[in-house]
Amino acid sequence: MTIALAIVLGLAAGVLSGMFGVGGGILFVPTLSLVIGLSHLEAQATSLAAIIPVAAIGAWRQHERGFVRWRASLVIGLSSAAGVVGGAILADNLSDDTLRRLFACLLLVIAARLAWSIRH
Amino acid sequence: MAGLLRSRAVFIGIGVAAGFFSALFGVGGGTLIVPSLVLLAGFAAAEATATSLAAIGLTALFGMIVFGVLGEVSWGYAALVGLPAMAGTLVGTSLQQRVSSRVLVGLFSLLLFGIAVRLFVG
Repeated sequence: MTIALAIVLGLAAGVLSGMFGVGGGILFVPTLSLVIGLSHLEAQATSLAAIIPVAAIGAWRQHERGFVRWRASLVIGLSSAAGVVGGAILADNLSDDTLRRLFACLLLVIAARLAWSIRH
Repeated sequence: MAGLLRSRAVFIGIGVAAGFFSALFGVGGGTLIVPSLVLLAGFAAAEATATSLAAIGLTALFGMIVFGVLGEVSWGYAALVGLPAMAGTLVGTSLQQRVSSRVLVGLFSLLLFGIAVRLFVG
C-alpha cells in the first residue's frame, strides 16, 4: 500500500514539475519522509538521487525545443559541486528536526511565490 | 572578453550557491537557479528553466555521490519515486501548453502549504 502510494506520488511529482518547472524535490522529500518513513536526512539524500532521471528527461525535452544554453548549464552544474559538499556537511551536522523545519520554511516560501504568481 | 569572464563568474556564483542550497534541502535548486539566470544573466524565462534543468542533473548527481558516501541514500526508494516521476514529467511537459493553470497553481500552492504545516507539527 505504502509502495503504491509512493509510486503515485512520484508520478504526481513528475507531472507537477513538468507543468510548473518547480522541481520534483519539494514533493520527493515529504513523500519519502512522511509516507515511506525515512529520516529527514535520508529523505533529502534519496530525493537527490530521484531527481537525476527527472532532470535528465526534462533537459532532453527542453534541448529538443532549443532552449538549453549548454555552456551555462555546464559551468553552473560543475561549480555546484563545491556548494554541494558544503551543504551536505552542514545538513549532516544539523538535527533531523532542524532540517525538517528548514525544509518546511522553504515550502512556505515556494507556496507563497506560487500564490503570488497567480495574481500577476 | 571581459563580458565573457563576467558572465562565467556569474554562472560559477549561481552554481556554488545552488549546490549548497540543493544539498541542504534535498531539492534540485531550480528555485534558486531560474530567477538568478533571469535577474543576473538576462536569460528569458524559457531558457532559464531549460538551462536550470540541465544544470540540476549534474548538481543532483554530485549530491547523490556525496550523500551516497555518507550512507544516507536509500537506492530502492530513489528508484521507486524517481522512475514514475520520469514518466510523469513527460506528461507534465505536454500538459503545460494546454491546461489553464491558474486553478492548478493555486491548488499546488495550497498543497505545499499543507505539507509545510504538517512538517512543522512533526
